Amino acid sequence: MRRWSLRRRAAVGLMSSFILQVVPLPAVLGWFRPSFAVIAVLYWSIAAPGWGGVGLGFLMGLALDAYLGVVLGQHALATAFVAYIAIRQHLIIRNKSMFEQTFYIAGLLLLWQIVVWIIDGWTGHALGSWTRLLPIVTGTLLWPFAWEWLGGDLSRSRR
Amino acid sequence: MNSSDASRYLSTRGAPAGLRFVIYAVFALVLMYLDQRGRWLESIRYGLQAVAYPIEIALNSPAAAWQWSQDVFEDRAALQAENRELRQRIRELEQLALRRQSLERENAALRAIAKPAVDVVEKYLPAQIIGSEFNSQQQRLTIDRGAVNGVFDRQAVVAAAGVLGQTMRVGPWSSEIILLTDPEHALPVQILRTGVRTLAVGTGKRDQLTLPFLPLQTDIRKGDRLVTSGLGGVFPAGYPVAIVTNVKRDGGIPLAQVEAQTLARVDRDRIVSLLWFSADHPAAPVEPGKAQGGDPKAKAIEVKKVDSVVSAAP
Repeated sequence: MRRWSLRRRAAVGLMSSFILQVVPLPAVLGWFRPSFAVIAVLYWSIAAPGWGGVGLGFLMGLALDAYLGVVLGQHALATAFVAYIAIRQHLIIRNKSMFEQTFYIAGLLLLWQIVVWIIDGWTGHALGSWTRLLPIVTGTLLWPFAWEWLGGDLSRSRR
Repeated sequence: MNSSDASRYLSTRGAPAGLRFVIYAVFALVLMYLDQRGRWLESIRYGLQAVAYPIEIALNSPAAAWQWSQDVFEDRAALQAENRELRQRIRELEQLALRRQSLERENAALRAIAKPAVDVVEKYLPAQIIGSEFNSQQQRLTIDRGAVNGVFDRQAVVAAAGVLGQTMRVGPWSSEIILLTDPEHALPVQILRTGVRTLAVGTGKRDQLTLPFLPLQTDIRKGDRLVTSGLGGVFPAGYPVAIVTNVKRDGGIPLAQVEAQTLARVDRDRIVSLLWFSADHPAAPVEPGKAQGGDPKAKAIEVKKVDSVVSAAP
């Protein structure tokens, strides 16, 4: 991936993350599925905030809404929200060690889940159980690998 | 990597992120409001489902390819064994059908129905599962039949041994099914042994239902069969739904805590059936679905009418 142009790498990364997010999985595996799409959006918000920006989060969320058949705008709002925070804090997060970065990511993934959860409540949908928190755990554990795979720190590789 | 390419994007550009977020957030909230309150987004959703259909097919292709290769390389002995099993099953079903005919005749005589008795299922349409969503908030399936096959909203779907769920959003070539086990699904059921009517609500767990509205003293025990009660307008009366697996009576709570396991299975052949009912049958759903019948191109199978009943009725 590293030798590809930024745009192509972003397209491949974002598309594969979307597919991983929606591909049918057996029940128990599905509980543990990290929010791949959100992780990819967070990566681009932190590594290259000028590329996709908040709009990337919004579009990715909207695609999820459309595909999952939930109320249009639910994941769009949540993903745009965490993308915004990641963009605001991108310099801080980017310069932390990977260990510290994962804490920020855990917080952002939790925030995303909370927004989705609140909208579930507003729109009169089932709130689910504590299993909703499992994707946050797996997503946090995945982050160091996702960071490397999606392109690593773009500002460092310049040197 | 091309360094100048990436460096352009390393920091934020253009309008501040806060302003952009506010605009997107307002847009998302307006969308949500319109989607919840208004109905005009329905046509957009219909279009989106058409767009999603090829993606669903593509995402399902690994599973489909695996299934296909298994079918191709299944060995002779296994096929023969399966054949024997199916023959045995047919014999059993033939026995049941014979018995059913006499029962229908008896029933018609008892009810003094003069008009020809027809099967409550007018026709059925097998459909392939092309997508699934199983988690604690959603228990959904996507199937490869849609409006072009005559599928309508809130249509009954069964699989193998029992009721599976109902259609929820019908796209042109695909539809989404909400399963009985979805926490947002409640099905009017009847305890077969006692005739008590209640609601079976999904739990979000695979194959698990709960009966949350039964008073403590209700006569219900482990092993009781639940069938549809015919209320609610989607399913006809008497379809098998679930078996009670656990009854807990706790003096502190005024209601019995009852768990049941659904009879429908989809893990084996990934085929489900959509049903059309004849509205004038006594067991038909109380509030029949609006669109009866469908596209003949879909090759739905017409259920044979039982002629002997008519001639035998007094």
